[in-house]
Amino acid sequence: MIDFLASVVAWFADPAHWRGEDGIPTRLFEHVQLSGAAVAIAAAIALPLGLYLGHTGRGGFVAINVANLGRALPSLALIALGLVASIALGLGLGFWPTLFALVPLALPPILTNTFVAVRAVDRDIIEAARGMGLRETQILREVELPLALPLILGGLRTAAVNVVATATLGALVAGGALGRYIVDGLALQEYDRLFAGALLVAVLAMATELAFGIPAARSRYSGSARPSDL
Amino acid sequence: MTPGEPLVRWDWIASHLDEIVLRLGEHLLLTGLAVLVGFAIAFALAMAALRWPRTYAAATWATGILYTIPSLALFALLIPFTGLTLLTAEIGLVGYTLLILLRNIVGGIRSVPPEATDAAAGMGYTAAQTLWRVQLPLALPVIIAGVRVATITTIGLVTVTALIGQGGLGYFILLGIQRFFSTPLLVGAVLSVALAVAADALLVLAQRALTPWARPRP
Repeated sequence: MIDFLASVVAWFADPAHWRGEDGIPTRLFEHVQLSGAAVAIAAAIALPLGLYLGHTGRGGFVAINVANLGRALPSLALIALGLVASIALGLGLGFWPTLFALVPLALPPILTNTFVAVRAVDRDIIEAARGMGLRETQILREVELPLALPLILGGLRTAAVNVVATATLGALVAGGALGRYIVDGLALQEYDRLFAGALLVAVLAMATELAFGIPAARSRYSGSARPSDL
Repeated sequence: MTPGEPLVRWDWIASHLDEIVLRLGEHLLLTGLAVLVGFAIAFALAMAALRWPRTYAAATWATGILYTIPSLALFALLIPFTGLTLLTAEIGLVGYTLLILLRNIVGGIRSVPPEATDAAAGMGYTAAQTLWRVQLPLALPVIIAGVRVATITTIGLVTVTALIGQGGLGYFILLGIQRFFSTPLLVGAVLSVALAVAADALLVLAQRALTPWARPRP
């Protein structure tokens, strides 16, 4: 046990593991780039849709149930389906199949949280804003969005943590990122590499969780998702 | 996925029916064991949390960290110590169920109206009788909601345990990726989603049967 942990420390201390294509900085960058792209694409789709559905109050059934459906989709199955889609589109292995898997994974929590957050804004506040002569887009931008922000950030956080976790599986379809160490370490039975990769992924996932926690805590209405608290 | 190859080869499915049933059984077994053990541990933690409220924060913190660690990473952290075994798979799977189950058991029991527990005390129920005959039955919808989420999540995670040689439907997905063969890949993906949907429906029915009073009256 001590010997093994020492070998992991030695793995991290080896300067060869800090440079080049298979170096930690490169793999970390690939992981963040891939995750960032997936969350950004999902947010670009789900945020406007969730705000619109929430503001008009339409499509609640769809917005809620898409989250349950998303939960039932296993991450490995998503990677598999991403691979089929990517090959069919001629985009090959690596980055694209993983991205195709990650975007549908990130959509449900963002859509559902945005919808619920906007619906949870006190109707009296909106009526007051309407009475003051605000246009619908102004109500959405200046009233609903700021009040809904903490919950929306919560949705983005769930999406980002799930995406960072699942991006690890991209190594199975010849992707880069930190999962490379785990998949290669498993295949080569190099357990120091495997363990080091797992540590890096775990730390990145926790850092993502914390990073989204800070703006949520700083937000003026943090923790008050219920209209009764506003 | 190879050019000229159809997306689904039905003859492959027909000739591999035995193996599909076997992997489906493995998948169910891995899931069932994880949810059962997870529930037992979460229940013990919940009882401790209700008795000594301070332990609740510590328990949710610890299980929350477990929940945040990506599944493949958690398995990878265990492999050097417990090897490519069922134990590794189950430690990881059980770990993921704990946070959801703990939260829902404690939340369910805490949301029982005080009038109900006061009435039980007035009728001379002991603390244990109140728990088993009043609090737990009233908390059942929330608890089963937690079991539903835990079960669906576990069914998804079990696909990943194929990577550490524990079978399940993930075996077909990996086979498909390795051989560039879309048929087993789709069989594994579609069946694991179908299994999650079926398990969820079954648990909804179980909840209706167990809590007849919660049914909306016609």
